[in-house]
Amino acid sequence: MPSSLLGALWVVPALPLLGFLLNGALALWRPHAKTAVSAIGVGVLVLACAAAVAAVAGFAGLHPAAPLVFRYWEWMPVGDLRIDFALQFDQLSAVMVLVVTGVGALIHVFSVGYMHEDAGYARYFAYLNLFVFFMLMLVLGASFPVMFVGWEGVGLCSYLLIGFWFNEQINADAGKKAFIVNRIGDVGFLIAMFLIFRATGSLDFGPVFGRAAAAFTPGGATVTAITLFLFLGCTGKSAQIPLFTWLPDAMQGPTPVSALIHAATMVTAGVYLVARCNVLFALSPLGSATVAGVGALTALFAATIALKQWDIKRVLAYSTISQLGYMFLGVGTGAYAAGIFHLVTHAFFKALLFLGSGSVIHAMHHAYDATHAHDDAQDMRNMGGLRRYLPWTATLMWIATLAIAGIPPLSGFFSKDEILGAAFALGTAEPVWLLYWAMGIAAALLTAFYMTRLMLYTFHGPNRTGDQARTHLHEAPWVMTAPLVVLGVLSVVGGAFNLPELVDGKASLQHWLAPVSALAGRMRPVVELSKAVEWMLVGGAVVVAALGIVGAVRQLHPETLVPARLAPSETGLGRLLWKKWYVDEIYDAVIVRPVQWLAREVLWQTIDVRLVDGLLVNGSATASRALGWLGSRLQTGEVGFYVALFVIGVLLVVGGAMR
Amino acid sequence: MYAQTVLTALIAWPAIAAVGVLTAPARWAKHIALAGSLLELAISVPLWWVFQPAGGMQLQVDVPWIPSWGIHYAVGVDGISLFLILLTTFLMPLSILGSYSYITTRERAFYALLLVLTSGMIGVFVALDLFLFYIMWDVMLIPMYFIIGVWGGQNRLYAALKFFVYTFLGSLLMLVAILALVYLVAERTGVYSFSYFHLMGNVGELGTVAFWLFGAFFLAFAIKVPIFPFHTWLPDAHVEAPTAGSVILAAVLLKMGTYGFLRFALPLFPRVALHPAVQTAIVTLSLVGIIYGGLVAMVQPDFKKLIAYSSVAHLGFVMLGIWALTLQSVQGALMVMINHGISTGALFFLVGMLYERRHTRLIEAFGGIAKVVPLFAAVLTIVSLSSIGLPATNGFVGEFLVLLGAFRTYPAAAGIAAVGVIVAAMYLLPALQRVIYNPLDKPENAGLTDLSARELAVLLPLVACIVWIGVYPAPLLRRMEPSAQRFIESVRPAPGPAAAAR
Repeated sequence: MPSSLLGALWVVPALPLLGFLLNGALALWRPHAKTAVSAIGVGVLVLACAAAVAAVAGFAGLHPAAPLVFRYWEWMPVGDLRIDFALQFDQLSAVMVLVVTGVGALIHVFSVGYMHEDAGYARYFAYLNLFVFFMLMLVLGASFPVMFVGWEGVGLCSYLLIGFWFNEQINADAGKKAFIVNRIGDVGFLIAMFLIFRATGSLDFGPVFGRAAAAFTPGGATVTAITLFLFLGCTGKSAQIPLFTWLPDAMQGPTPVSALIHAATMVTAGVYLVARCNVLFALSPLGSATVAGVGALTALFAATIALKQWDIKRVLAYSTISQLGYMFLGVGTGAYAAGIFHLVTHAFFKALLFLGSGSVIHAMHHAYDATHAHDDAQDMRNMGGLRRYLPWTATLMWIATLAIAGIPPLSGFFSKDEILGAAFALGTAEPVWLLYWAMGIAAALLTAFYMTRLMLYTFHGPNRTGDQARTHLHEAPWVMTAPLVVLGVLSVVGGAFNLPELVDGKASLQHWLAPVSALAGRMRPVVELSKAVEWMLVGGAVVVAALGIVGAVRQLHPETLVPARLAPSETGLGRLLWKKWYVDEIYDAVIVRPVQWLAREVLWQTIDVRLVDGLLVNGSATASRALGWLGSRLQTGEVGFYVALFVIGVLLVVGGAMR
Repeated sequence: MYAQTVLTALIAWPAIAAVGVLTAPARWAKHIALAGSLLELAISVPLWWVFQPAGGMQLQVDVPWIPSWGIHYAVGVDGISLFLILLTTFLMPLSILGSYSYITTRERAFYALLLVLTSGMIGVFVALDLFLFYIMWDVMLIPMYFIIGVWGGQNRLYAALKFFVYTFLGSLLMLVAILALVYLVAERTGVYSFSYFHLMGNVGELGTVAFWLFGAFFLAFAIKVPIFPFHTWLPDAHVEAPTAGSVILAAVLLKMGTYGFLRFALPLFPRVALHPAVQTAIVTLSLVGIIYGGLVAMVQPDFKKLIAYSSVAHLGFVMLGIWALTLQSVQGALMVMINHGISTGALFFLVGMLYERRHTRLIEAFGGIAKVVPLFAAVLTIVSLSSIGLPATNGFVGEFLVLLGAFRTYPAAAGIAAVGVIVAAMYLLPALQRVIYNPLDKPENAGLTDLSARELAVLLPLVACIVWIGVYPAPLLRRMEPSAQRFIESVRPAPGPAAAAR
C-alpha cells in the first residue's frame, strides 16, 4: 500500500534524528566505536533514502492536486494562532527529499573514508545526521514556523560543522560568523512571518497561499514587503549579496560538509523558499525582480572573485555562490521549475566537485603528513599534475567541470540554459530582464574560465607538491571514489530529468512541478520564444562556454606556476579580486567594529558605568550621605546657634512674603 | 482537602523545613534542605492537574488576619501565577543540590535562608491581599540580602547593600501607593480593605492621582524587572551572589517585577497604562532593554555579568509582550518568564560549575575546554542555544509569540525587537566560543574534570524542560490562555472599533 507508506512520512526525518541521538551518545561515551558509528550514520541515511523513494512512489501513484498534510501535534495554539507540528508532501518536497537523502547518503559514505582517522569521528556523524534531520524538516514542514525550525536548525549544524575542528580559532570564528550572518537573514524570515500572519491570519502554507490572492493587492506594499523580507532570509541562508561573506569562510569545515551543506542542500534552501512561496512572489513583481536582479548580480560578482582564488575550496565556494545566483535568477524570473532543475543538477556536479577536491586534499594531507611538511594542502599552487596520481578523481572532476560550464549534453547545460532562456524571454517584454540575462551570460563565460583554471592548475602541468611529498600522493580508497562515480553518472545524465521540448524531450520535471506553481503560473504567464530564437540562445550559450574553456587553456600556463610559499603577491585588479573586492574588510570597518566600539565605549563604559551607575545611583548615595553629614553638623547642641538659625529662617520667609 | 490547603502548605512548609535545618546537625543541613524542597515540589506538582484552566482565580483561601484594618490572609492561583509557582518549586531542589559543594561555611544558615526565601516567593505569587503581598515581597528580600552579603564574592557587601537599598526603596514606594489606594477606595466605599478583588472592583476613576500611584508601583516593579535605567544593581548582585543566589535571583525574583505589572499595575490603573505617553515610554524602554542589554552583554569580560545583562534583554521582551496586550504577546511574555528562568538558571549553574573548578568567571581564562570536558560543553551549548531562542527549544516559543503578538499592536517596535534575536547570537556565541572552543592554550584548563553525577542531576531536568517546552508547549499555553485573556480584558475591557477593524 503506497498510501500507508506516505502516512509514515515522519519516518523519513525521524531516522536521521535517531542517528543523531545514537551517535551523539556514542560521541560522549564511546568515541572510539567507529564501526558502530559508521553503521548507524550511513545506515539511517540509506534507510531514509529508501523511505523517501517509497514515499515519492506512493505519492506519484496518487496524483493529488493539493499537498498532503500530516498533523502530528499542536505546537503553539494561542487564540487565533494555531501552529501544529505538521509535515506536508507535494511535488516540490518530493524533489527536495530525494536530493537531500540521495546526495546525503552518498556524502555520508564518502565521509566514512574521509574522516576515518579523525578523533571526532562519532561527533562528526552525529552532527551530519542532525543536519539531514533539520534539512528534511525544512523541506517537509507544512507551515512557515515548522520550516523555520529546519531553517535555523540547518544553520546550527552548519555552525557546528564549520567549527568542527574547534581547537583552531580560525575554524571557530568561521562557524560563529556563519551563524550570526545567517541570523540577520533569519530576522527577515521572522518579520515576513509576522506580516503574513497579520494579513492572512495563518502561517500554514495551504491557507496562506490559498488566501493570498484575496488578501493582497497585486504589487501592493504588504506583499512586496513580505517577499523582500523573505528574500532577506534567502540572502543569508543561500549566500547572496549582501550576506554572502560567511560561505567562503565556511570552507574551514571538513570537505564533505562543504559538499553536503555548503553546496548541495542547505544553501539551496533559499531557492526552495522562493519556489515554495511562488504565489507571493508572483503577486509582487518588484519582489520577483529583486530576487532575479540580486541573483544575476551575485552570479557575476562571485564569479569574478573565483577567478583569482588559490585555495581549491574557495574557488568552489565562490562558484557555489555564483551558481546559487543563477537559481535565484530562475525563480525570480518565474521559471520555478528551471530554478529547481538547476538546484538538482548543481547538487550533483557541485557535490562531485567538492568531494573530488576532498579526495585531492586527502591525498595532499597524506603526502605532507608523511613528510612532516607544513605547506598548504588546499593551495592549488602546491598541486599540479595530480591527474597522474589521482586519475579517477581527475576524470570525474573534468566531467563535473564540463557540466557546470554548460557543455552539452551534460546536466548543467540544460538547467542553466533554461534559466537564461526564461530571463531572455521576459526581456522581450521588459528590457531590464535582458540586462539580467546578459549578466548571466557573462557569468557563464567566467564560470567556464575559472573552472578550467582550477582543473589545469590542480591536475595538469608539472607537479609542485615537493619532491619528497610527491611519492606519497595516491588515489583515495573505494569508499570515497565510489560516491564520486555515482555523482559523475548523475552529472552526465541529470539533464534527462527535464529534457526540453526543444530537443523533443518530455520536460518531465517541469510537468511534475506544474501543480506546485499552477496558481503563480496563472498570475504571471510565461513568455514563449520562437524555436529559432531558442536555438540561437542555445548556440550562443555553448559558444560562450567553449570560449571560456579555450580561453583558459590558452591564457593560463600551469608550467610557470611556483609553489605557494615562493609565489609573488598579486597587484592591481588581480589583487582586488584575490582580496574578494575587500567586502569583508568593508563590513568590518563599517559595521562590526563600530558596533563593538559603541557597545564597549559608549553603552557600557559611558552610559552604564559612568552615567547610570556612577552619577545617578552611587551619586545619589553620596549625595544623601553628604546631606546626612550636613544635617549632623547642624546638631551642635548650642541654643544660641539654633536661635540664630531660627532668626535667619524667619527673615527669609518674611522677606519672601514681602516681595 | 488538597484544594483548600495546598497554597498555604506551599508557603508554610519551607519555613517549617528551615527550622528543621537550623536545629539539625550542620552536616545534615543540605540533605534536610534537599528533602524539604523535594517535598515542596511534590506538594506543588498535582497543581498541574488540579488547576482548571477556565476556572479563573482558584484554590482560594480567605481568612481575616487583622480585621480592624481590613487585612486578610487571602491567597489563590490562576494561569499566570501557576507556572511561576511551579518554576519556583522546580528550581529550589536544583539550587540546593547545586550548592552542595559550593557552600562550605555556615551551611545551616544558608539552607535555612534558601527555604525561607522559597516561602516568600510563593507568597508573592499567591497573595490576593495587597498587605500580604507587601509582606511577602519583603520576606523574600531579606534572605536574599544575606545570601549575597554572607556567601557572596569579593565585593559582596557593596552588591548586597545595593540590591537591598534599591529594592527596598521600590517596596517602600509601593507601600505608600498601597496605603493611598486603600484609603482612596475606602473614601468611596466606606470599607477599608486590602483585598485585591475589592480594590480591583472599586478603584474606579482616580484622575491624576492614578498617575502617581501607578508611578510608585511602576518604580517598585521596574527596579525588580529590571527596566533600564534601574538595572545596575543586577550585574553586581549576580556577579557577587553564590550560584544558588544567582539562579533564584534571575529565575524567580526578576519575575516578581513582571508579575507585579500583570497582577497589579496594569489591571488597577489601565487608563494610565494605556496613556499614549506611558505606552511610548514603556515600549521604548523595553526596546532599550533588548538592544542595549544585549550589546552591553556582548562586551562583558565576566561570564556572569554577561548573563546578567542578557537578563535585561530577555525581560525587555516580557515587558514588550505585556504592553502589546494581544493574546499571543501576553502568553509569549509568560513563556519568556518561564523560559528565562530555566535557561538563565541553567547558565548560572554552568558558570558556577566552572567557577568551582577554576575560581574565576572571566571568559578569557578558558578556551578549548570542549576537548577536556565534552559533556559540560554539550550541555552549555544546548542551554546557550535555548537562551538565544533557537527554534524547537523553549526560548523560541516565548520570543516568537511575543514578537508575533506585539507586531499586531506595535509593528515598528516588534521589528526593532526582532533585531534583538541577532544581538543575542552576538553576545552568547562568541562567549561560548571563547570558553569551549579555540585553542586549549591554558595549562590550568587541561586537567578540568567533566560534570559529576550530581551536577548532571542538576542540569538534566533543565535540559529536559528546554526540549519539552520547545517541542510541545501546548499544555502550558492551554492552561495560561483563559487567564491571559482575562488580564487583557481587565486592562482593555471592550475592544474598541479600531481594534475590531484590524
